Amino acid sequence: MSEPSAPGGTDLHARQIVKFRMQDRFFHYTTQLFALVVLVALVGILVSLAIDAWPSLKAFGPSFLWTNVWSVPDGEFGALAAIYGTVVTSVLALVIAVPISFGIALFLTETCPLWLRRPLGTAVELLAGIPSIVYGIWGLFVFAPIFAEYVQPPLQDWLGDVPLIGSWFSGPPIGIGILAASLVLSMMVVPFIASVMRDVFETVPHVLKESAYGLGCTTWEVMRNIVLPYTRVGVIGGIMLGLGRALGETMAVTFVIGNANRIIPSLFAPGTSIASTLANEFGEADPGLHIASLFALGLVLFVITFIVLAISRWLISRSMGSEGL
Amino acid sequence: MPDQAPTNSKQAALLVRNLNFYYGDFKGLKNINMDIARNKVTAFIGPSGCGKSTLLRTFNRMYDLYPGQRAEGEIMFNGKNLLDRKQDVNLVRAKIGMVFQKPTPFPMTIYENIAFGVRLYERLSKSAMDDRVEWALKKAALWEEVKSKLQQSGLSLSGGQQQRLCIARAVAVKPEVVLLDEPTSALDPISTAKIEELIYELKNEYTIAIVTHNMQQAARISDFTAFMYLGELIEMGDTDQLFLKPRNKQTEDYITGRFG
Repeated sequence: MSEPSAPGGTDLHARQIVKFRMQDRFFHYTTQLFALVVLVALVGILVSLAIDAWPSLKAFGPSFLWTNVWSVPDGEFGALAAIYGTVVTSVLALVIAVPISFGIALFLTETCPLWLRRPLGTAVELLAGIPSIVYGIWGLFVFAPIFAEYVQPPLQDWLGDVPLIGSWFSGPPIGIGILAASLVLSMMVVPFIASVMRDVFETVPHVLKESAYGLGCTTWEVMRNIVLPYTRVGVIGGIMLGLGRALGETMAVTFVIGNANRIIPSLFAPGTSIASTLANEFGEADPGLHIASLFALGLVLFVITFIVLAISRWLISRSMGSEGL
Repeated sequence: MPDQAPTNSKQAALLVRNLNFYYGDFKGLKNINMDIARNKVTAFIGPSGCGKSTLLRTFNRMYDLYPGQRAEGEIMFNGKNLLDRKQDVNLVRAKIGMVFQKPTPFPMTIYENIAFGVRLYERLSKSAMDDRVEWALKKAALWEEVKSKLQQSGLSLSGGQQQRLCIARAVAVKPEVVLLDEPTSALDPISTAKIEELIYELKNEYTIAIVTHNMQQAARISDFTAFMYLGELIEMGDTDQLFLKPRNKQTEDYITGRFG
């Protein structure tokens, strides 16, 4: 509009357009800025972690990852025990939590009587709202003693002599340890996985399920063959969300894992995780190699979480490609 | 039923007696009595909300999936009351297939879409399954179009093809009755014509009950037509008779377009 025509009406119209365009551009850049802040924060955290971890990375190199030593007096640090504890507790938690969450979601969407649906769904969601410190004290003071007295001895009697897996259940039944941490973790991630699963199960069109029921499918067959394939992207997403929670969970794990910076094959034995090591040691860490190694642990946790997300994206895109959905 | 003539029950695939249906407190079907003739096409017409789909969904107990929906009365199928609590509902649905308003291919390959239902109740060898899939796709007049791409997703087909896939899927398990709930309402005229032709072919082997919004469709493809209004069966009879010489005033008003 370089040559606004004389009559006021058209001129106003042109000015109006310019104003709108300005508004749009302003809006565009503002929202872009907000989005960029997220990226900047992500990169900033990564960089500052790396800078603070640098002395440790320089001293130990990549062997930091597979060195099974954590000795403050000797100034020797390696992340293996913490990585082991983190991965084992998280994976075990998922192994326990995924079937339970699937069962909850299946019940809530398919077979639950109407009057129970809402209260039960709300209860599952409320479970997610319990602060993790509460899970921690409950795990330490209530769950661990019961676990030590009533669960661990029978488990040991039952599975202790089985070849290969027997050693997982050896050692004194003291309650706290890797397995206790996994169980508490699984309890914490169930609401997340279950509510995501329920939400995605509900997106399956009724008529698609009816078609399967119409062929004579049982509820299980409909779930297995129709609902799960239809929703697998969301289901994997839900499981990954749970994994992310489990990997980074700090307080509850710190309370019940036993905090022993060692790798013991038994699941009954105490261990440590990256997050619980950080929580335990940051307060009294000496400046220097110790604190740098803690930052390095944080960096490792960050990277593991990143890899988990990358793998999940890859799995999702691959499974989507093969079915042509 | 004591007043049931023996010849009648031989010719009827489904005998509906004193059927009432409730959505919670709302009575969706009021005292329905009718016979669905074996190896014939029976069409259900009537304005929206008249209960024709509801009636169809009682024939395979689809309403069972939803809490709060219940049926009372009798639907006799092979000498047994379908509505009986003890009746195994999965077996009923294997014998009484259903095709829905919208095409609903399962999220799997074309081949698997057919084989899936068959596998639920039959153990077939690979070659027998191949034969069954081909047979069903031929029955649904879809074989020529998909034989070279059986391993592609069922979702890759056009809407009309998808609907024929759904018919093939229903036919593949060899049901006795096929229920069609407005099977062409989401399709273009050409696909609709194909499906209508198909229905005409299928009635030699199957009993077919079809709900349709389209009165011309009912007139074209059905042997018997039932007109329903506000949950009641107003008139049922020979399709020609019902459309040419309706006995009931409401039926006449509806088919001549005086109300809807």
